[in-house]
Amino acid sequence: MTNGKTGVPLYRDDIAPGDERADGREIAEGVRGYLVGLGLSVLATAVAFFLPGTSLVWQPSIPAALIVLAITQMGVHIVFFLHITTRPDSVNNVMALMFGVFIVFVLIVGSVWIMSNLNHNMIPMERLMHTHR
Amino acid sequence: MSIAGTDLGFTDSAVADAPVAVHAERSVASRRIVTAFGFWVFLLSDVVMFSAFFATYVVLVDMTAGGPSGKDVFNLSIVALETGCLLLSSFTCGMASLGARARDDVWYYGGMIATAVLGAAFLLLELRDFTTMIAQGAGPTRSAFLSGYFALVGCHGLHVTMGVLFLLTMIAQVYAKGYRADILRRILCFALFWHTLDIIWVGIFTVVYLLGVAQ
Repeated sequence: MTNGKTGVPLYRDDIAPGDERADGREIAEGVRGYLVGLGLSVLATAVAFFLPGTSLVWQPSIPAALIVLAITQMGVHIVFFLHITTRPDSVNNVMALMFGVFIVFVLIVGSVWIMSNLNHNMIPMERLMHTHR
Repeated sequence: MSIAGTDLGFTDSAVADAPVAVHAERSVASRRIVTAFGFWVFLLSDVVMFSAFFATYVVLVDMTAGGPSGKDVFNLSIVALETGCLLLSSFTCGMASLGARARDDVWYYGGMIATAVLGAAFLLLELRDFTTMIAQGAGPTRSAFLSGYFALVGCHGLHVTMGVLFLLTMIAQVYAKGYRADILRRILCFALFWHTLDIIWVGIFTVVYLLGVAQ
């Protein structure tokens, strides 16, 4: 469908979060997307659960690797299960998601930063009790 | 708009039938989009709430007050089982969504019942884990670390409980009223809710359990 005056294609409507454009598709074709998502998630989960107990990798790298795997898996879930994609018809859903991710980032990183700074600057507990005696 | 020969409620029939200009028609989103987008915004606010619990937990994780740390009380094999249950249930929830889309009873009811069973299995495993910890003297009152742990993981567990109730309601509504456009909108909201809970669980098993044991 195109705009009569300009010939620019119109996105007739946006897509609801969770929906997939599926004109004329059968169930079996929808299943494939979920199977890809399940496969990737199982892979990421298996690697993540394997990491803490192994001595095969450099130990200090494990926390960073676990966090990267978790973010990857969240991305897989968002694309293959929630169907939030970068297509133009999904832009409102992505904007809401980006705002949510921003708030989550500020909240977690800000809390950890401020609290570790406070812990660092706090008088050791023994000396604090001594001064108040 | 018809997809695979079925009207999914993508367009409001009252809007679609009205003789309006193309741009006016474009400016009115269908009820399916409005409902799902509103629910999506609610879910994101729920995620923001969870992030506050995550921040609390991460800040308190070393405050064990001489009590057990995560390494002492976490059982990774049970957590792996819980993770498997939730991950598979996300997949079966997707199958139920496809079934509802195609108005196929076998896929819809099959997917929903499998999701309910896996969700209940997750809750039973988590409940057993909690009672074992409390019996060992590692309850939420033992230390700030354990308060933060039970608040975060317990809040997710409560959400899964609500999700299972939501799920059973949707089975009953399709059984009683059929695949009506309003029921299909609720099924879409349920699917969004369930998949989002699985995403939050990915954060929990990584931040709480795996990082807790790795450190």
